[in-house]
Amino acid sequence: MIRRRLFSGRRSSRRVDFGPRDLRNPENEVARFRGRLAVAAGAVLVAFGVLVGRFVYLQVAQHDHFRTLAETNRIAIVPIAPNRGVITDRNGVVLAQSYSAYTLEIQPSRVRDLDATIDRLAEIVDIAPRDRKRFRKLLEESKNFESLPIRTKLSDEEVARFAANRYRFPGVEIKARLFRNYPFGEVASHAIGYIGRINDRDLARIASWDESADYKGTDTIGKVGVELAYERELHGTTGVEEVEVDAAGRAVRTLSRVPPVSGNNLRLSIDIGLQAAAEAAFGTRRGALVAIEPSTGDVLAFVSRPGYDPNLFVDGIDLASWQELNESPDKPLLNRPLRGAYPPGSTIKPFLALAALASGKRTAAQAFADPGFFQLAGSTHRFRDDKKGGHGTVDMTKAIVVSCDTYFYLLANDTDIDDNFRFMSALGFGKPTGIDIEGELPGVLPSRAWKRQRFAGAQYREEHRKWYLGDSISAGIGQGYTAFTPIQLAHAVAAIANDGIAFEPHLVQSIEDSRTRESRPVERLAPVAIPARPEHLAVIRNALVQVNREGTSAAAFKGAPYASGGKTGTAQVFSLKGEEYKAHKVDERLRDHAWFIAYAPADKPTIALAVLVENGGFGAQAAAPIARQVLDYWLLGTKRKEPAPSIEGPQGDDEDLSD
Amino acid sequence: MEHRLAFFDAAGRLWEVLVRRIDRPLFALALAIVAVGFVTLFSAADENVARMTNQAVSLGLALVAMWVIANIPPQNLARAALPLYAAGVIMLVAVALYGVIVNGSRRWLDLGVVRFQPSELMKVALPLMLAWYFQKREGRIAWFDFVLAALLIAVPAWLVKRQPDLGTGLLLTASGFYVLFLAGLSWKLIVGLAALGAAAGPYLWTHLQDYQRARILTFLDPSTDPLGAGYHTTQASIAIGSGGVVGKGWLNGTQAHLDFLPEKHTDFIFAVFGEEFGLIGNVLLVVLYLALIARAMMIASNASTLFARLIAGTVTLMLFTYAFVNMGMVTGILPVVGVPLPFVSYGGTAMVSLFIGIGILMSVQAHRKLVTS
Repeated sequence: MIRRRLFSGRRSSRRVDFGPRDLRNPENEVARFRGRLAVAAGAVLVAFGVLVGRFVYLQVAQHDHFRTLAETNRIAIVPIAPNRGVITDRNGVVLAQSYSAYTLEIQPSRVRDLDATIDRLAEIVDIAPRDRKRFRKLLEESKNFESLPIRTKLSDEEVARFAANRYRFPGVEIKARLFRNYPFGEVASHAIGYIGRINDRDLARIASWDESADYKGTDTIGKVGVELAYERELHGTTGVEEVEVDAAGRAVRTLSRVPPVSGNNLRLSIDIGLQAAAEAAFGTRRGALVAIEPSTGDVLAFVSRPGYDPNLFVDGIDLASWQELNESPDKPLLNRPLRGAYPPGSTIKPFLALAALASGKRTAAQAFADPGFFQLAGSTHRFRDDKKGGHGTVDMTKAIVVSCDTYFYLLANDTDIDDNFRFMSALGFGKPTGIDIEGELPGVLPSRAWKRQRFAGAQYREEHRKWYLGDSISAGIGQGYTAFTPIQLAHAVAAIANDGIAFEPHLVQSIEDSRTRESRPVERLAPVAIPARPEHLAVIRNALVQVNREGTSAAAFKGAPYASGGKTGTAQVFSLKGEEYKAHKVDERLRDHAWFIAYAPADKPTIALAVLVENGGFGAQAAAPIARQVLDYWLLGTKRKEPAPSIEGPQGDDEDLSD
Repeated sequence: MEHRLAFFDAAGRLWEVLVRRIDRPLFALALAIVAVGFVTLFSAADENVARMTNQAVSLGLALVAMWVIANIPPQNLARAALPLYAAGVIMLVAVALYGVIVNGSRRWLDLGVVRFQPSELMKVALPLMLAWYFQKREGRIAWFDFVLAALLIAVPAWLVKRQPDLGTGLLLTASGFYVLFLAGLSWKLIVGLAALGAAAGPYLWTHLQDYQRARILTFLDPSTDPLGAGYHTTQASIAIGSGGVVGKGWLNGTQAHLDFLPEKHTDFIFAVFGEEFGLIGNVLLVVLYLALIARAMMIASNASTLFARLIAGTVTLMLFTYAFVNMGMVTGILPVVGVPLPFVSYGGTAMVSLFIGIGILMSVQAHRKLVTS
């Protein structure tokens, strides 16, 4: 019946050639549809016919050829993983390198009782509970039927013992794999980063580079830091080996070999000696330090305390260590220089002063009387100065040297927040600095537009979105909405130190080609000039030098044989309404964050830095001594073993060291 | 006694509800291919039981989906066409603007809990939409209807293509074209479009993504990419060719079991089948597909409304397309595209959407008398 229908359909299909115009009749339409269906059926038959023809060709005509290929000459194509590039510091000291070691691996799909097999393996080689736990974790994460390491870094003796017992363990094999070693452990861990086993997200990333084939023999990939950002330089090119295998799948002989090409080596701009000195200066304190060479943008030190040992991650971190790192209240995995946004406090003052000079709203000599507080017109709220009774008559230089809040309340009152936003934005605040590792946060540089967008949500009303003069006053001393990252402050102070020319900060200086041994510098953006005149920059730099000589950080820089510029800052964590802040009365975690920015030598700076000590209290107390140790190391080569001391709080009321 | 009768009565009624919309020949053929799939999968997945249970769970879900769709009359499916299509296009635009990038392509929409691939929805929504449109215009279909239909295809196909997901874009275009073809697109136009397509080839070539170009080049010369797609086709050809006429026997495929075959439980499962069951097995499987397609064509041919005819016909041709493209790719006569072998390859999403297609066919078949006047 169907055949008759299909046949009738085919006959009527001739009418279709005239196009759809004459298809007004439903009867015709059914006939036309059947005609079309018959054509499709014909196409299906032809297509399947072609397929069957292809089957016959492969399975009958070419059968002998393919049988030979499959059975007598089984060629396996084995990828050979390339050696990952070496990472060194600016002087060639090795910070990360790969080495080859034996691992004992199990292919779970070929083993019936995993636990029993592991128990029997434990009689031959040492298998710690940590190894079992890691194996379990890998087993849960793995989706493919890949082989997973139960033990890594076997000794020669263990390899020999297993080889003698190999017949008892089908599906268990010894493999040579590459491991990564970070000889400095925690030091510079947040800059270097680490590698770890390739997961689904990494696979997707590899596929997006269209490099899936190149990662066939690779188990690990850069996860954070330079290891992540320069993955494609470091990885190298996978080699291919054609081997003949026997019926059991064992390699019998090698037929051809295209050797792998090692990854390129990276030379960082970091000086590991300076880095270690900076980390030692922190002691057990939490915080961040970024030191930059002003004339190049080279990051000389990149500290995030506490750090972590990247070696833990290399062959799969065990659960206990992971939880310890992940759940610690000290947040050792947080990259503080890039992702810690803190209110800048008084460290913002020199930059705002420069903004006011540039816009013409202030001259350096203009002086104001400081009664110890500032009041907005028509308001009873007093914005307090840190010094009771005020600093007397204050001009711009003195305001920076003694860190006079009232001067900057007045300055904020007389300038426009959006003008300040534009200037500060040119200095790199409120946006990523563009450092060459991932994860940088923009921080917050408030403006009218920013506030409107921040409070755009339906739960907010117009009164939340509106910019108030009071907001400007808080912003004037780096509080309120303002939040900067340590790298932003280091970047900005480096620009001031370098006569207003700002370089994009970067961690990798040059890349050495593994084959030609030629080094090429990393591509960078051209430096940008900040919109400030030289004479205005001179006013600010002069004031910063006086800060370290006779101002808030004079105690920390007492006896330094070089001249330097600096500025202290204290960021409020906890707001005490109307009460006076007494550090010893407040819980440690709620204590203020201490800031210090600096550069040296004053006339021809070779280093600029920003230090943040979380809950360190006053900037002059906790942060400035760390900066002093770092500058001493860089300029004088002084090495100190003990952490930087915390200078005792304000000595007297007239000598205001606080901030 | 009476209780027992009542029980049988109730059970009988339940059975009646369960099977009344099920087209037995179609169901039997689909299940036969599924059975072939399970047998092959057991071998392809190295006798791994977890794979089998996963696939069985997918099959269960797929059968439920099939039953639900089979019980929805075609006119109700037609009613869902426009909303589904509109939602699909909106989501594709959303993907282009806010989508999650996976594998370098922006294909996924992150809905918080789940990631959703709108192009999957479009595979069903586009044929439904076109069939619904032609049904609405039934009796007065003119040339501009085809122009509009071409636009309805082009918009989602272009959005999917620029994700970039050329394979799915082409499959979408094919499904749309099938509706137009079955609705009576003039032969002159079809020939003209084909000529235009051939002429546009060089232009399209320059607009392909690098990896797409690489795939086509690899197809022409597999030795250029021994670790990637070229390796797949070379090894698949060895597997099938070495199977010979009678095959190496179940679980005895050396290519499959010595791990020479990549993706052997998903897109390349046909190579395992061909190696172990030989030419006889291959021809048998093709005959099963042919029988399934023939039954589906009968259903389309006997359908009572234009919508039902078009959607049933398109579902049938898409089933054919998937089977042909997959087997063609594995045997090296088509380039490697990520298309699973219908009812055989491991994977839940494909299983569910295939049985939704079967459900649509069943719905068309079961409701044909109810609609005829």
